[in-house]
Amino acid sequence: MLNVIEIADVSKRYGRAVVLDHVSASVCRGEIVGLLGHNGAGKTTVIKLALGLIRPSTGEIRVLGALPDGRDGRRLRRKIGYLPENVAFYGNLTGREVIAYLARLRNVAEAEGLALLERMGLHDAIDKGLRTYSKGMRQRLGLAQALLGSPELFFLDEPTTGLDPIATQQFFELVRGLREAGKTIVISSHLLAELEAHLDRAIILKEGRLVAQGTPAAMKKAAGMPVTICARLPGKPNGLLGEPWLADLPTAPRLKERGMLELAVPASRKMDVLRHLMNLPTLADVTVKEPSLARLYATIGKTGGTEGDGSDA
Amino acid sequence: MHNILTIARKEFRDGFRNRWTLAITAIFAALALGIAYFGAVTSGRVGFTSFGATLASLTTLGSFVIPLISLLIAYDTIVGEDDGGTLQLLLAYPLSRAELAAGKFLGHSAVLATAIVAGFGIAVVAYEVMMPEVRTLAAWTAIGTFIFSASLLGASFVGLACLISVLAREKARAAGLALLVWFALVVLFDLVLLAVLVISRGNDIERAIFPYLLMLNPIDVFRLINLVGLGNGAGNAVFLAMAAGHVYQIGVLYGALAAWTLAPFALALRAFQTREI
Repeated sequence: MLNVIEIADVSKRYGRAVVLDHVSASVCRGEIVGLLGHNGAGKTTVIKLALGLIRPSTGEIRVLGALPDGRDGRRLRRKIGYLPENVAFYGNLTGREVIAYLARLRNVAEAEGLALLERMGLHDAIDKGLRTYSKGMRQRLGLAQALLGSPELFFLDEPTTGLDPIATQQFFELVRGLREAGKTIVISSHLLAELEAHLDRAIILKEGRLVAQGTPAAMKKAAGMPVTICARLPGKPNGLLGEPWLADLPTAPRLKERGMLELAVPASRKMDVLRHLMNLPTLADVTVKEPSLARLYATIGKTGGTEGDGSDA
Repeated sequence: MHNILTIARKEFRDGFRNRWTLAITAIFAALALGIAYFGAVTSGRVGFTSFGATLASLTTLGSFVIPLISLLIAYDTIVGEDDGGTLQLLLAYPLSRAELAAGKFLGHSAVLATAIVAGFGIAVVAYEVMMPEVRTLAAWTAIGTFIFSASLLGASFVGLACLISVLAREKARAAGLALLVWFALVVLFDLVLLAVLVISRGNDIERAIFPYLLMLNPIDVFRLINLVGLGNGAGNAVFLAMAAGHVYQIGVLYGALAAWTLAPFALALRAFQTREI
């Protein structure tokens, strides 16, 4: 797959403050990539660099083969849709006026902008002043403008902020549709649980440093994160604790209320442990919880990770 | 050019939508009519008086008010978009920074020119209606010169406001800087020149230098364009003393005002290219 974004050893400093520290990462065409990290991790800085709003102090960033802050920047931005964090518009204009203005700047027909507003469920608010828009409505307007001109690459910074659950679901459906159409989507967010099911790959930043990149599954595997198995065994499951297949687990099994046994099992032992549990006549129920992206993020956050950890690229 | 005109059109429409254009027009018209009617009150007369005195008064009024209003409408051109969060979005569009700044500069200058033409125009029409004897080609030429040079003066201060707006990181700081520039160019500059003139009693070196020093201030260039032809009789003796009888070419004066319009804007463009968003 072709790399749409190539970040090569990029650092960004403001005076003595280092906001990005020798970051190297890449994004392939047709992927949904999560740019993850705490506030101040450097996510927005990466997006600003990719848009040419700021220049790297050292290193090089190429987007769709071009330098964003170079001569080709303007032509490049024609192929990019951007939704900023806390998107802001002109409060004195209506939705129609804003989308018409932005459509003209993209050299796109106003009708396309109006159709996007309708697609975003803003039909009834098109002629209302933006001052009357709720945060969610402004966010939907922000998404509509990002889609103007059908760009190849999207940078969506905290895109679900202010959206209700239904609108969030519709947003992810939209993103999947974009990917199916061959577009590349970079989503910056700290809402990991919400994002996890939709990502092809993740780039995790911490205090300006790249701590991991790759598919969530590969990163979890590389981080050696255990699977959690909960087995309901009515009666007295204490007797099981001496079983050899339980005794050699890295973390001791935990007995919870009403005969619930919680096991933290290495991914490589999951099937083995499940087989043993299934053979128990007293087993009433069993659930398997894969490690979450949030858990992975917390683990990497604690250990600090290393550059390229979990990378399968 | 398409992007520049799109942005300029939005700024121009915003001027009407926010009633800025209307308010500035009303201010210009009220002040100009007031000065034209009550300008001779110190000599014990009320009503429209001589054309020369009225034009001199309008020039003096314009040299105070036009720079102030230009700075007020344009000081937040860039820093305001940055503060409001829209600059990031706009610069992520297929749009160069130069196009954005040029569109805003053109839009604000057009708002100002419209207000100058309408505001001072109302006063001029009223004056001409009341004083039929001054409906001469020379008078209309002088009025045209005044309105054109006033619009250029406005554009030069819009350029200065753009520069301030690019250099300042916060809107409040830009506002403070704009007032400082206004005070320095409108009040301080001429005061310093006059003080030097008075203390030195006008030696030969000053007589050679002062006419050119006046070119370093767009407001003085504007006054020279409009006052030199009127002579000392219209109450301009103090200002014209600084010109030390120098004979100015009108083309040179317009060139200086055009340079004052383009230079600050060019500096603003240069600074904007390196501003990090």
